[in-house]
Amino acid sequence: MSMMEFLPELVLIGMTLIFFGLSLFKADSVLVGRVALGGAGILVLTAFAALSSEGMLFFDAYRVDLFSQTFKLLIAFGFLGVLALASGFPGVRNEISAEYAMFLSISTMGLTFLVSGVELLTILLCLEISSFALYVAIPMRKGAHRTQYEAGIKYVLFGALATGVTVFGMSYVVGLTGTTYLSELGPLLPDLVASEPLALIGLLMILSGFFYKLALFPMHFWTPDVYEGAANETTAFVATLPKIGAVALLIRFMASSGADSGHLVWVLSVFAVFSMTYGNLAALVQSDIKRLLAFSSIAHAGYVMVGILSAGPEGFGSAVYYIFGYLVMTLGCFYVICQVAPAGENLSFDGLKGLHRKSPVLAFTLAVAACGMAGIPPAVGFPTKFLVFTAAIGQGYYALVILAVINAAISAFYYLKLVRAAYALPEEELSSGAVHPRFALGVPMTALGIFITAVILASGLFPEPIVAMAREAVGVLL
Amino acid sequence: MTNALLYNSLGYPILSAVLLTPLAGAACCFFIRNQTVLKLWGLLVTLMTAALSLPLWTAFDRSTPAYQFVEMMEWFPSIGLSYQLGVDGISVLLVLLTTFIMPLCILCSWKSIEHRLAEFIFAILVMETAMIGVFVSMNTVLFYIFWEAMLIPMYLLIAVWGGPRKDYAAIKFFLYTFVGSIFFLVAIVALRVKTGTFFIPDLMAAEFSFGWQAWIFAGCALAFAVKIPMFPFHTWLPAAHVEAPTAGSVILASILLKMGGYGFLRFCLPMAPQATEFFAPFLIVLSLVGILYGGYLALGQSDIKKLIAYSSVGHMGFVTLGIFLLNDEGVKGAMLQMINHGITTGALFLCIGIIYERTHSREIQDNAALGMFMPVYVTFLGIFSLSSLAFPGTNSFIGEFLILMGAFRSQPLVGAIAIPGAILAAAYMLRLLQKMVWDSSDGHVHHHGEAAHGGGQGNDNDHAHGRKLWDLDLRETACLTFLVVFVFWIGLNPQPVLSVMDASVTHLLDQVAAGQGSVQALAGH
Repeated sequence: MSMMEFLPELVLIGMTLIFFGLSLFKADSVLVGRVALGGAGILVLTAFAALSSEGMLFFDAYRVDLFSQTFKLLIAFGFLGVLALASGFPGVRNEISAEYAMFLSISTMGLTFLVSGVELLTILLCLEISSFALYVAIPMRKGAHRTQYEAGIKYVLFGALATGVTVFGMSYVVGLTGTTYLSELGPLLPDLVASEPLALIGLLMILSGFFYKLALFPMHFWTPDVYEGAANETTAFVATLPKIGAVALLIRFMASSGADSGHLVWVLSVFAVFSMTYGNLAALVQSDIKRLLAFSSIAHAGYVMVGILSAGPEGFGSAVYYIFGYLVMTLGCFYVICQVAPAGENLSFDGLKGLHRKSPVLAFTLAVAACGMAGIPPAVGFPTKFLVFTAAIGQGYYALVILAVINAAISAFYYLKLVRAAYALPEEELSSGAVHPRFALGVPMTALGIFITAVILASGLFPEPIVAMAREAVGVLL
Repeated sequence: MTNALLYNSLGYPILSAVLLTPLAGAACCFFIRNQTVLKLWGLLVTLMTAALSLPLWTAFDRSTPAYQFVEMMEWFPSIGLSYQLGVDGISVLLVLLTTFIMPLCILCSWKSIEHRLAEFIFAILVMETAMIGVFVSMNTVLFYIFWEAMLIPMYLLIAVWGGPRKDYAAIKFFLYTFVGSIFFLVAIVALRVKTGTFFIPDLMAAEFSFGWQAWIFAGCALAFAVKIPMFPFHTWLPAAHVEAPTAGSVILASILLKMGGYGFLRFCLPMAPQATEFFAPFLIVLSLVGILYGGYLALGQSDIKKLIAYSSVGHMGFVTLGIFLLNDEGVKGAMLQMINHGITTGALFLCIGIIYERTHSREIQDNAALGMFMPVYVTFLGIFSLSSLAFPGTNSFIGEFLILMGAFRSQPLVGAIAIPGAILAAAYMLRLLQKMVWDSSDGHVHHHGEAAHGGGQGNDNDHAHGRKLWDLDLRETACLTFLVVFVFWIGLNPQPVLSVMDASVTHLLDQVAAGQGSVQALAGH
């Protein structure tokens, strides 16, 4: 085992310990924020350096390959993004910011382990590590809101349910095959899934645990309340990182479990369609921006699923690219939320009114991110949807694509509402010529906004490098 | 494929230059603080684009149906997507129409747009790039990207600078077109999966089974039918037109509506010839309904902008009718009618904008009896109204005549049903003209007397009506004169324009006929 194979994980363990140390001394949130940013920066660098590492660790339960390393890089990038847009954790009480950062690091660590896990119990453990940290982090919010506790409890209860279902499913699969290693399950599962209903049920139950992380139907119920109740920075974390981990796991499982199996594809298609439809329809009527993003994330989980169930290098590759696009667009939205609601309050459509006057950077970032989510070119959301649909049509899933497309059209409405809220101005204000106080964003935050916007546009206009990388990464599984 | 290929005699990437000049100009908008400089900048950029596009007219080889001025560059090789631009006889005129209309859109907003000017100029210039992009794209994805990219600036034009119900109109416009075009995306993806290419000329040459063609046709046609718009997908149009600022209405009428017709000619006819033949009767019926229904509704409008908007539904009905007649006269007439409608209806919207700036009303009654105060204005209004109702000697006459000739040649009954549409157009346009210029009926004696009184004082202000009227200034006269030139030039000498599209239309109809031939061969087996 060389150092390089485990370097990103070591950095995260180190970060966790540092925050633990800081928590003992009641460190100031500004300091914690800076340390966190520095640590995440190092994490991105090490993840990048370790990109081409390969190897099997810990009795072959832990696989380091291009696939896992690519996802580690994505997670590191997402972690850095979340920390950057919420510098100093304004939504969390000052005296517990070190603990808060520690729990986020632990959760990230769990996810980083997760993408390398190739053994059922290891996967379960990693899943729990990442979830447990979030169970604690979600109720950590400034002020005494009832919603934050509700969010925490919902996340715990649904998490426990998901774990239970997953373990139950694992017991079926292990009972049928006698092994917990994915490398040994791989050759057995496709035939079993096709012939043995119990194996299909077991596999679906295992996948349910991952659906919970991804917020895919039927494990999506926690999403809106948790999004609404948690602090803005926590929500940004919950909305991005666990989903990257979930996509990695789903791809790994689908690659080794015979995704071509008719039954499995059929069930997953149903989940995808329900997820998209429910998410989009419910998002239409939301007034709280975070709740809206929660329902939209349920819908996006459906689109990702369309890519995943299309299997093959095209399908999996498109899913990886999709989750990358989703990551940057979500970061764009939460960047705006965190800046417009600096005290950590929840943001509604009214709070966005006249945003372009107060800060053109914020308004434009939101517009680009929202248009991207709706799939309008040239933002990254267009090529991601395009590739997912191409993969699905390539497999002959026409009806699925048509349903997805109808959903994309529905979603345009509420994303447009976001843009409209940012750019519209109430008539009375227009006529009275009232001057809005401008947001004092500061140079680093302005730069971050411009950077996120640039990434959303550039990765949409020039998708080649990312798609090539995604296809290469999933290539090791096929 | 090498990384960059130019197939043109000019030796420089003219299409990229035309495409990207407005975009580059748009990027500079936010660095200009002075309002007048901003307007001048917008005008300069659009005029430069128009000047850059001139060689497309002069250097265009009229003898070939092939794509010309082609540029290719690798872009997204892993899915086989390239940056491919080119124009043929069908698209080149529309590119020119776009580049020549856009300076007028800046000019007509000179006084009416005061707030958020930088964003306005930005939206107009981005819009120009997107529209040109649609006409010069040689691959489906690029086409779709520009097609969708048009929605945002147009949405903003309506939603930010529009009238009182701008929100409703903007959302309706966006959703209708977005929903329509997203099925087009499925068709594009399906075509790619089936043939492995996004390249339009390859797709035109590909052969598909009838069932496959029917799906492709349906997916594409929905997008184009919404955009053009055909009955019954037209309901977004009056709302969008009425609420949009003058520049937005001009862009909508002159160029945006042409996208649908262009799409039919570019995608449906060559790629799905058998399906086209199969669906043509349905589309002809819808076109006829559009012609009659649009004309009928126009007849009943009291709002000038709504009247012109509904007349557009009728005019576009003629365009789709011409296209789906699938004969030489019909298609050429439809092509010409698209250009004509761009000129004439664009001009009519300019006229409405001009009068709205003065009276702040679009009601016909509020703008009656202008002949006394604004002689220059009513002269222009008269010319464009006559052009709109296809008066001989004007541009629309040639187009409508060709379409009706095509109809009578292949399906006399269709022609017979379309004729009342032309008569309706005469009725509503003459009614409009009569009220706006003379207003001698309706028992408005009281008003008439007072108006005369105002005029008798040698004062151009029609105080009795609360209107401040003054005749056209130099800027407005220049805009309208520019369009009048085209009205008569095409009206009296259509040959130069027809010759540009000649080879391409003939080739297109050959393709359709070959496709139909294979249907008959199939039936024969």
